[in-house]
Amino acid sequence: MTATADTQAEVEKSDLVTLTIDGIEVSVPEGTLVIRAAEQVGVQIPRFCDHPLLDPVGACRQCLVDVPDAGNGRGMPKPQASCTLTVAPGMVVNTQATSPVAEKAQQGVMELLLINHPLDCPVCDKGGECPLQNQAMSNGRGETRFEVAKRTYPKPINISAQVLLDRERCVLCARCTRFSEQVAGDPFIALIERGALQQVGIYENEPFESYFSGNTIQICPVGALTSASYRFRSRPFDLVSTPGVAEHDACGAAIRVDHRRGKVMRRLAGNDPEVNEEWITDKDRFAFRAARLEDRLEHPMVRDDETGSLRVASWPEALAVAARGLAAARATGVGVLPGGRLTVEDAWAYSKFARVALSTNDVDFRARAHSAEEADFLASDVVGTEDVTYADLDAASVVVLAGLEPEDEAGTLFLRLRKAARKSGTSVYAIAPYTTRGLRKVHGTLLPTAPGAEAEALAGLSWDGVVPVDERTVVLVGERLASVPGALSVAAKLARSHGAKLAWVPRRAGDRGAVESGLLPGLLPGGRPVTDATARVDLAAAWGAQSLPTEPGRDVAGILGAAAAGALGALVVGGVEVADLPDPVAAREALDAVGFLVSLELRASEVTERADVVLPVAPTTDKAGSYLNWEGRLRPFGRIMHVPASLPDLRVLAGIAEEMGAPLGFRTPEQVQDEIASVGAWDGERPASPSVEPGGLDVLPRRARSGSTTSESSTTEVVEQRAQASASRPGEPTGDGGLLLASWKQLLDDGRMQDGDEHLRATARRPVVLAPAGLLDELGLAAGDTAELSGPLGSLVLPVDVADLPDGVVWAPASAPGASVRTLVGPAGSAVTLSPTGGVA
Amino acid sequence: MADTLTPVLTAGWGDERSWTLEAYRGRGGYAALDTALGMAPADIVTMVKDSGLRGRGGAGFPTGMKWGFLPPEDPEDPKPRYLVVNADESEPGTCKDTPLMMASPHTLLEGVIISSYAIKARTAFIYVRGEILHCVRRVQAAVAEAYAAGHLGTDIHGSGYDLDVVVHTGAGAYICGEETALLEGLEGRRGQPRLRPPFPAVAGLYASPTVINNVESIASVPSILEHGADWFASMGTEKSKGFGIFSLSGHVKRPGQYEAPLGVTLRTLIDLAGGIREGHELKFWTPGGSSTPILTAEHLDVPLDFEGVGEAGSMLGTRALQIFDETTCVVRAVLRWTEFYKHESCGKCTPCREGTWWLVQTLANLEKGIGSESDLDQLDDVCDNILGRSFCALGDGATSPITSSIKYFKEEYLAHLSGGGCPFDPIRSTVFADEGVLTP
Repeated sequence: MTATADTQAEVEKSDLVTLTIDGIEVSVPEGTLVIRAAEQVGVQIPRFCDHPLLDPVGACRQCLVDVPDAGNGRGMPKPQASCTLTVAPGMVVNTQATSPVAEKAQQGVMELLLINHPLDCPVCDKGGECPLQNQAMSNGRGETRFEVAKRTYPKPINISAQVLLDRERCVLCARCTRFSEQVAGDPFIALIERGALQQVGIYENEPFESYFSGNTIQICPVGALTSASYRFRSRPFDLVSTPGVAEHDACGAAIRVDHRRGKVMRRLAGNDPEVNEEWITDKDRFAFRAARLEDRLEHPMVRDDETGSLRVASWPEALAVAARGLAAARATGVGVLPGGRLTVEDAWAYSKFARVALSTNDVDFRARAHSAEEADFLASDVVGTEDVTYADLDAASVVVLAGLEPEDEAGTLFLRLRKAARKSGTSVYAIAPYTTRGLRKVHGTLLPTAPGAEAEALAGLSWDGVVPVDERTVVLVGERLASVPGALSVAAKLARSHGAKLAWVPRRAGDRGAVESGLLPGLLPGGRPVTDATARVDLAAAWGAQSLPTEPGRDVAGILGAAAAGALGALVVGGVEVADLPDPVAAREALDAVGFLVSLELRASEVTERADVVLPVAPTTDKAGSYLNWEGRLRPFGRIMHVPASLPDLRVLAGIAEEMGAPLGFRTPEQVQDEIASVGAWDGERPASPSVEPGGLDVLPRRARSGSTTSESSTTEVVEQRAQASASRPGEPTGDGGLLLASWKQLLDDGRMQDGDEHLRATARRPVVLAPAGLLDELGLAAGDTAELSGPLGSLVLPVDVADLPDGVVWAPASAPGASVRTLVGPAGSAVTLSPTGGVA
Repeated sequence: MADTLTPVLTAGWGDERSWTLEAYRGRGGYAALDTALGMAPADIVTMVKDSGLRGRGGAGFPTGMKWGFLPPEDPEDPKPRYLVVNADESEPGTCKDTPLMMASPHTLLEGVIISSYAIKARTAFIYVRGEILHCVRRVQAAVAEAYAAGHLGTDIHGSGYDLDVVVHTGAGAYICGEETALLEGLEGRRGQPRLRPPFPAVAGLYASPTVINNVESIASVPSILEHGADWFASMGTEKSKGFGIFSLSGHVKRPGQYEAPLGVTLRTLIDLAGGIREGHELKFWTPGGSSTPILTAEHLDVPLDFEGVGEAGSMLGTRALQIFDETTCVVRAVLRWTEFYKHESCGKCTPCREGTWWLVQTLANLEKGIGSESDLDQLDDVCDNILGRSFCALGDGATSPITSSIKYFKEEYLAHLSGGGCPFDPIRSTVFADEGVLTP
């Protein structure tokens, strides 16, 4: 043992390189850049182009140091850029702290950087937090010697609707262009022209519409890149910064919220190397004004018995009315639809409220397509697991994506996948209908799969040898697989039988926390199965409840159906958009029909307008809490603004429960956190994974690219079977299609949480119908022509483009600003038709 | 005096239609190729090493040693090797590769084939400066001739060796003469220098092992094969062996290309060129293009080899001897060169990009008599902040004329300031001035 330990220590030691910086000996890992080794001895070498997460470029020359000994006994004749120089054993480096040569070189470069830089710091967004400003003070000359003419340009130009470029301020460090090319994979900006006229440019027909463009603004070391949404709004020194967690997806990205006098001015990426590194999506960065719009609910409201319309009420009255109505309906039954955007603490409150105050298991957070199989899968394979982390993507040899388009549905995860593919050689395979831009950017391979055939495609991975599935494989399944019978069952089986890692990546920030909190009809908090008497007793004891409801409840569809049929007397609805529900038409009918409707909402919605009691709840800025991200990692955040009138869901639910005589035992997020900790997770037996047989749809030949080698018969068969299946299922829209609609939501769309951020929305991708080349030929359509996409809910005219879709399948974004296919045409999986309109987009 | 000349590369330039394959064959062309194909590639590399041939593009790096830097072939990870010929001759004053390619493109091609064979490349690229379209066409025609004659393509001369040559045309950027920027351009990207390491020998064109040599270096190879390494090494000086083309331009009676052993002096070359133009005397000159610090009449006897010119405080460079007589305003000449560097700076690094912007303005003012003596110190200091601080040698080159001219001609700068402008009549320095054409 000792010998082994010694050997290990030696190996570790030999991986370190010892050098001397400013007379101080330091040992750093092999391959370390001198600029970072210097940080280890406490010397900050000034820099602009250097960024630890970008490939070195050595362009700005600000970080020059003197190297009297390169480690071979010979000195380097010229000062060296420490951002591109890797350490060598015995190297001697003198920075500006000890070397007059390095100091003069740095001052010289700084002076040159400033000669063409405008002196508009007093009106520059970056002033006060500007690396150029700061380092000009620390490493520059006191006075300028430049008395001739500066280079000038017209002041800022839009390089997208959101991002503006001030070319005068740009120091051409290429951080933005390298980020876009290397990290995001969106090289929509590049350096053009040469000499002092070099500048960042776009191709005129392709603006900088990257989902990650905002990161370039943040890493710009000067004020050259600014955002339309923050420009001229405030000065950094007037802002208060509070760490937060992004609420737009299930990635749990760290953010920094900058606010002033009770108002959020901007959001920046937080630095969390284990999660989002230093990057966030534009949605996480720019979409935060929705809570400030005019339709924000500010006071509780109750429906007036006489006028039949909502009127403002006091909190005590509203809570009492809600409690009375729910208590009255309790005998019949109350359904709870909390939605997927809750903090863990709020979700816990809903869960306890349903079980304790309403004595029901009719609770389901899934405001989207869902299935009993999915609920079972969440109980057997998701709740309580932390099997896959972001770092595991780097370590994985293969990542399989199924029912998940990371760039649209989990942006932070997408960036890590791209990094893994780029830096660690991770191979990505996607069970998806076509090669998306996101898949190309992770150098992924498409396993062409028509919607509905994902289960068979996953099953095929076990035996067909196309994708090596072993313990270094990570399988990431998206929530969209819930609509594919058997898919989640097969995924669980595949992972288990090959020792692969499996993770479920939902779309919403609160989804995973809802699972852990038991916001499912068959699952209690901490992974306790409703059907397990021991689990129920365990939880009842922890909650001090007499008993908990014993029968599994209804899922979302069941709850809405029961509400419509009068089998439920009341509904409690959280942040749920009716349009997101699997059948919005039926959902509206149910909300209209139900006897008593309580809505906990932030802004007026289709639910609040139908509600009997409307209880305004706090936006994320006004409450503390935490999210569980897709990894199962807890992402706590503190309250940013203290607004006494702004109550979190858990406080509102506690108030109703108290009025009902069934107090929840907490009123604050901290108290809920204590309770979660004391109740703990279920240590009993886990339910077995579901074993639903695949839905009987044929798999298209999966290695067929672009459908060209797909045989006619199999596609026709698929479409027919799918159409039959659609037709035979009551409640599901049918259409005389011939085509199958593949669809998912894009990152930027018509989502209500992006309301109020028009610059952001303007950078959303234009909606387009993608079709296989053969189909477009058949219809006489060319890319860019418009066509009418018709489905069960109606039709929409959109431009068409070619994609390597299987024959018989078209793709359109489920949601887009002003053109929401899911509400205007039909949900994913619908039978649709495509017909030319004779127009050109 | 004529004995000083050693016409090897230039030997056939005066032949009737010297650029044709027929003419080249007539002077024994492509015989060296047969010799080479009969040798082991490694022996050719050794031969070139032994000859002492140093890069003729300016830096003077030993050519054989450069070839030897290619990593051994890895059967596990077989990568193609490339030979890239740098024919992007753009340095102000330099005019040797262009006439060579015009007069005897097959000399270059034969060198390309032998060198490619020596380094085991199957594809070679000739990156020709885009502006010299006539030259591009001539090289293209020569390549076509060579293919037709079986000197290129598959199974060259029945040896089993295959080689393709691609003539690539630049898009008008001086920076593309820098070898890594050239590779960027060749790959279709913006011409900007690359970070090193990795060096081109390890990861050059398309991330494959690549040798980049100047036209003249490659064109010298057939003669080494023909006459032997010792023959080559017998010419020149101890560390700068062989011959080179010296291109004389400016105020000499017979400007042109003079091929002589390295170590020849400017005095000799000016004599060969018929002397400074009538009635004038040498004022300053560049030994190797505008990027090399200028020298003066006191340096007439400096041996023009890498070491000799280095000791004199300049660089041999491309042996582009620009000769200026006393009618030339040094400030004006330096300003023109500096404008060139400002125009050609690629923009990648701060010192070159911003520095040249500043230098031009200061020099322009000085030429007009605006400024003070302290501006000269400031010019020197700004140059000091560029020299050795830039990403590549372009920035270094931009400072050379300025610092060297201030060193030798400070009084002339000051005369501009005290005299309220340039004391020179620019017309007097023109070729036609002494012909009385423009004299009022």
